[in-house]
Amino acid sequence: MLYDLSGVTKRYTQGRKTVDALAGIDLQIADGEFLAIQGSTGSGKTTLLQMLGALDRPSSGSLVYEGRDVAKLGEGDLAELRSHSYGFVFQSFNLIPTLTAQENVETALVPWHVSGDERRRRAAEALAGVNLADRARHIPSELSGGEQQRVAIARALVREPKVILADEPTGNLDERTRDDIIGLLEELWRERGQTLIVVTHDTWVAGRASRRIWLVAGKLEAPPVDDRPGAEAAAAPAPEPALQA
Amino acid sequence: MFFTYIYRELRRRHRQALLTALGLAVGVALVVAVTAYAGGVRDAQDEVLQSLYGVGTDITVSQTAKQGEGGPQSFGMQPPDASQSGKKFTRDAITASPGQESLAATRVETISGLDGVAVASGSLSLSSIHVEGSFAEMSGGGSAGGGSATQPAAGATPQAAASQAPIKVSSFSISGVDVTDLELGPLSSGEVTTGRSFASADTNANVALVTKAYAKQNSLAVGDVKKIGGVKFEIVGIVTLPSGSTSSDLYIPLARAQQLSDNAGKVNQIYVRADSAQSIAAVKKEIKATLPKATVTTAQDLADQVSGSLASASNLADTLGKWLAIAALVAAFAVASLLTVSAVSRRVREFGTLKALGWKSRRIVGQVLGESVVTGLAGGVIGVALGIAGARLITALSPDLQATMGSSAQLPAGAPPGAGAMAEALGGAAQTVTVQLAAPISLDLALLAVGLALTGGLLAGGLGGWRASRLRPADALRRLD
Repeated sequence: MLYDLSGVTKRYTQGRKTVDALAGIDLQIADGEFLAIQGSTGSGKTTLLQMLGALDRPSSGSLVYEGRDVAKLGEGDLAELRSHSYGFVFQSFNLIPTLTAQENVETALVPWHVSGDERRRRAAEALAGVNLADRARHIPSELSGGEQQRVAIARALVREPKVILADEPTGNLDERTRDDIIGLLEELWRERGQTLIVVTHDTWVAGRASRRIWLVAGKLEAPPVDDRPGAEAAAAPAPEPALQA
Repeated sequence: MFFTYIYRELRRRHRQALLTALGLAVGVALVVAVTAYAGGVRDAQDEVLQSLYGVGTDITVSQTAKQGEGGPQSFGMQPPDASQSGKKFTRDAITASPGQESLAATRVETISGLDGVAVASGSLSLSSIHVEGSFAEMSGGGSAGGGSATQPAAGATPQAAASQAPIKVSSFSISGVDVTDLELGPLSSGEVTTGRSFASADTNANVALVTKAYAKQNSLAVGDVKKIGGVKFEIVGIVTLPSGSTSSDLYIPLARAQQLSDNAGKVNQIYVRADSAQSIAAVKKEIKATLPKATVTTAQDLADQVSGSLASASNLADTLGKWLAIAALVAAFAVASLLTVSAVSRRVREFGTLKALGWKSRRIVGQVLGESVVTGLAGGVIGVALGIAGARLITALSPDLQATMGSSAQLPAGAPPGAGAMAEALGGAAQTVTVQLAAPISLDLALLAVGLALTGGLLAGGLGGWRASRLRPADALRRLD
């Protein structure tokens, strides 16, 4: 197993109030899996994703990634993990507004201390991989939403991480662009065999995953029954991808 | 990536960056202008002190004459006998400067041997007075003879002359100097512009240096002869001294001055140079112990006595100016820090994303510091330019400043006619020096200004960077823009 979560909780204190964003999560994620995390707003999806991406530590429980308990790692080790193992795609793209598309992709390689030429070469390749080579010198404000998300995907993939974590990657996109982006993510997942974990409230997007989990108030629950016409077909998990040789 | 990011970020928020730089620039400019002004005041004070004191002199030693001691200078203005009544007369006398008692020249050697003294040299300040007029007309059996210009002979009853032609008094001042060491003493701040200065071989020669002003006034040139005490002295050089300096009109070798004024082996002023600035106070104490009756004055003592607009300017620079500059600098640092922290707060999501990409805190702090250093550097350059402009303005608009020290000679009661002119001839007027204030900017000052601005930038960047480093990626990404 790539991930093994056991009794993971995350507690926040807001003044006198204590909020359990995650309340005892037990979860295993296999290497190469396409997992969708669903749930309503405030259910803890993003918090779980941040735990899986070592952006935060659990308040209690164990979160083992490749045999290492993330809960016990220091900030330096977490940064090291983030720079080598994970690629992030955010709902708001989170591109640096003053840097070009190429430079935004390069920011992912800065922690690797590679030479400037190597950094530029790899970033150019990553942009070409998402069909944005011709937009490399444009800053985010000159790109459409879909193009910006492609840049973010290129940035997430340039280091060839083991895990791609996408938090509502299509949340700010129109339907057609959503389809393009999810299609791109799925295609890249199939080609590269990386583990893809997507947080989404979009049932159609979740339907593309090989497995779905549902969060309610910080706990894993069975997915709700959806009696809308065609809902059953949409809720059915996508077929398992063929294993890479 | 580092410099590209800095450049792009500063370009994006160029207004805020410019505001931060300008804030630092104003603070720095004030420091530059005030420091330049204070430097100009110090230069003016040094100029005043050098003109009063001479270059290289740390301490002067003199002795004030006791009241009632020494007879008054007698010019014999009463007719010796009745046959001379109403006849014309001329008199010449060389006297030591009033108010000063002479010291044995051996004291110079004594002081030279004290701990902390590098070198000592003595001089003799004299006045040559020429009196001409007509003897008073005698009336009745008045006693004759012995009347002095300044007070009647002891015991004599002043005779009211029925008619007295005006007495003309002219004088010039003379300094007898140690020709073997001109680096110390009254000629140390002078520059021989025509002819030559004294040489060691001139110790007993009848040679003189004359100041440029006196030479011009009396149409004297190198090679001319000037009678001093009835003795012909050849003018070998014309010397220019700083304006307002306590200069004499003529300078002759000390030995000749002693002989002409019947002050063999005497001096009335000793100049001392200490071997270091730190030993001046100790040397002063030693001299006071050696010569308890002497007046021992350091350059600092002299500076403390200076009054006038220069003294006021000095106080202004030291008090108001200094604190104003410090306050402005603190305010500039505070503004820069606040603006930087505010900018970091607006980039929380950006920094959170970079942390999510694996950027370490110190890399992000370095980025913020880099932006602040560039802003600080810009502020420093602008501040120096503004400071130079401010200093130039001070130089252009500043009025001439005056430094006054010393006091007027007072005439004793019952002085006879002509005594006023005599008193003026004998000297003792208050010394006022006029200097023009400049506010000089040196390379050191410019570098200091840039350094201050950089410090402000680093302070602001450090604060902002610390703020950025404390961000937790999860919290940062949770924030809405």
